[in-house]
Amino acid sequence: MSDSPVTAGSVTTMEHEAHNPALLHHFSDAQQQKNAASLGMWLFLVTEIMFFGGMFCAYLVYRVAHFNSFAAASQQLSIGMGAFNTAVLIVSSVTVVLAVKAAEAGKRKLLVGYLVVTVLLGMTFLVVKGFEYREKFERHHVPGPTFKFTDTFDDNGKQIPVNPKEAELFFSLYFAMTGMHALHMIIGCGLFSVLAIFAWKGHYSPGYFTPIENAGLYWHLVDIIWIYLFPLLYLISRHS
Amino acid sequence: MASTAVTANQAPKLNYLNNGHSLKSWLLTTDHKRIAILYLISVTTFFFLGGFFAMLIRLELLTPQGDLMQADTYNKVFTMHGMIMVFFFLIPVVPAVLGNFLVPLMIGAKDLAFPRINLLSWYLYVVGGLLISHVMLTGGVDTGWTFYSPFSTEYTNTKIVEAGLAAFVAGFSSIFTGLNFIVTIHRMRAPGLTWNRLPLFIWANYATSIIMILGTPVVAITIILVAVERLFHLGIFDPRLGGDPLLFQHLFWFYSHPAVYIMILPSMGVISELITCFSRKRVFGYNFIALSSIAIAVIGFLVWAHHMFVAGISLYAAMIFSFLTFFVGVPSAVKVFNWTATLYKGSITYATPMLYAFGFMGLFTIGGLTGLFLATLGIDVHVTDTYFVVAHFHYVMVGGVLMGYLGGMHFWWPKISGRMYPEGWAKLSALLVFVGFNLTFFPQFILGYVGMPRRYWQYPPEFQVLNVLSTAGSSVLAMGYLLPMIYFLWSLKYGPIAEANPWHAAGLEWKTTSPPPTFNFDETPVVTWEAYNYDEIPDKELEAPVVR
Repeated sequence: MSDSPVTAGSVTTMEHEAHNPALLHHFSDAQQQKNAASLGMWLFLVTEIMFFGGMFCAYLVYRVAHFNSFAAASQQLSIGMGAFNTAVLIVSSVTVVLAVKAAEAGKRKLLVGYLVVTVLLGMTFLVVKGFEYREKFERHHVPGPTFKFTDTFDDNGKQIPVNPKEAELFFSLYFAMTGMHALHMIIGCGLFSVLAIFAWKGHYSPGYFTPIENAGLYWHLVDIIWIYLFPLLYLISRHS
Repeated sequence: MASTAVTANQAPKLNYLNNGHSLKSWLLTTDHKRIAILYLISVTTFFFLGGFFAMLIRLELLTPQGDLMQADTYNKVFTMHGMIMVFFFLIPVVPAVLGNFLVPLMIGAKDLAFPRINLLSWYLYVVGGLLISHVMLTGGVDTGWTFYSPFSTEYTNTKIVEAGLAAFVAGFSSIFTGLNFIVTIHRMRAPGLTWNRLPLFIWANYATSIIMILGTPVVAITIILVAVERLFHLGIFDPRLGGDPLLFQHLFWFYSHPAVYIMILPSMGVISELITCFSRKRVFGYNFIALSSIAIAVIGFLVWAHHMFVAGISLYAAMIFSFLTFFVGVPSAVKVFNWTATLYKGSITYATPMLYAFGFMGLFTIGGLTGLFLATLGIDVHVTDTYFVVAHFHYVMVGGVLMGYLGGMHFWWPKISGRMYPEGWAKLSALLVFVGFNLTFFPQFILGYVGMPRRYWQYPPEFQVLNVLSTAGSSVLAMGYLLPMIYFLWSLKYGPIAEANPWHAAGLEWKTTSPPPTFNFDETPVVTWEAYNYDEIPDKELEAPVVR
């Protein structure tokens, strides 16, 4: 993830000319180091967008090809839980911004507090997602030999022509995309937990909080991906 | 710090090679030069492993019948050859070995921006390598390196998931290298080293890195989708579940065609350095060569469907991709013409690196022009999946990449090792490689044109003469590749000590000692000159480089 230069001491046989303990030997000054870390993080986010891009591409192709089945399958997702999770993630992005502000202001306890709240919100998201997955298992909406899809009526009782195979494809994409997103959430929660411990130990100062900023960028990206996933997966043809 | 044992005219300085001798000092190093050496060793290992499979293929094709192996084994052999050569040799070789060593040196930096990510990248490569070795030892894969669905997702019972994981992990190694290069080139340049003063090798690696970070994640997710389709019966590419196998091909080639440019662009960068140095001239059309690298990176992303002309894409899509494929030939041709113009009225010396550069220009030109044949829809239908295609991409990927890589290795070997290689043997190896290569692959153009399909273990007896020629050529080629390994190792102990700048070349990497100290430069250089300012080098250095 972000190249958090917090353990400058681990670089062996290097002489440190600078006084700033967080400054690595091969950078000429702290500004250069910060710029490099920030550019590196943005490039990493670009790779993440391309990574998810493959799945979004598959989604678009199949949604166009099998629109009615996708709409019918989409109606089976829990819009309530999805909307709740969307709200949770947006709030968590706010707490991340506040954490960065706290780090900038040098307020250590506040920083730790916001980081912990962010982790808790992330875990809330994952728990709700877990309940959603359980419901899919119970209703045989998980692709595979036990898959069944017989619901062909939308919320208004209007019949929608459905090919169960195409609905299965929708759920394949649903699990692939939300699963990959959830994996990123888990990594993000782990990342913020570690940062919270480091922050508690006082690793960060107004002069050096690049890891907090970069982890924040990562979190925002994961958040934005969900902002796209939610309407694409949950809200197909919900207008009536 | 290690004690500095200084003998009379040995290198009196602490350099990156003698700064610590323990295994730990190598395996936990964050020095980009040491990581380049680690890559050199591992990449060379995989090159010979992939070469071993290539020899098995050529031996089987010596006779029309399947006598050395039968279809199943043959499928696995060419798959392992392709996977190892593509993912574990051609993609990392120039960026991870020469690029790793040279990018910070050429821009006057002490290291890459993220030294620990650089080390992580090597470890990921090793993990990927171990995975593919595991696959190789426990049954192999028989899909070809392309993993086409639905064969890969449904029908074959070989180790697809493990092999996919190996490519996935190696892919992240490549992403991290690209990310590191882009940040380093943006943020770590020495004072005064503006973009227009950068060596063309840096431009080439910059363009390569763009492809690495934009393309590799797409193939990563594609591999994951294939794996989950096999493991959990998700139906993303399976037509029986509403999926589309063509989508796999689109996603796969979206990366795997630009991957060809990941391989060739850094080699082109090497050639730009070699041609100017051994012509003693500023490169002709610096801006055009620099920007053509970027153009190749960008246009290269828009041509992938030319691998699918006969797979059932629409005629209009095929026409557009055909046009774009012709179009990507333009920046490549710009480079070749500019190199040729650089030679014009230059004071050319035929040192080994220059011989390789000439070899590159010959082989790459043949490979590139036959690429235009394949971009032509009508001809492509005739030669799709024949040996014509095999010959074409070997001319580009092996002829091009290896000529550039070996030329670069000879050119920078004095900087890397502090020793000179034996010039006579090196010239012999350059000759063997060039002759052996053409003998191996030129007959394959003819074989393909007259209709021999690729990926078959037996063939009609009419094709035997050309196949025998090809197999004979491959033995010459193997000699040509083995020879440098032997004399490079020999030179480590017995080669003459190299000066700081044995070729009187321009470029920051030659302004530090050979081998360089751990931090590359004693003082950060300040650049006030254009790249390749051979006109301004003082008279006594203007004379052509010494050839022993």
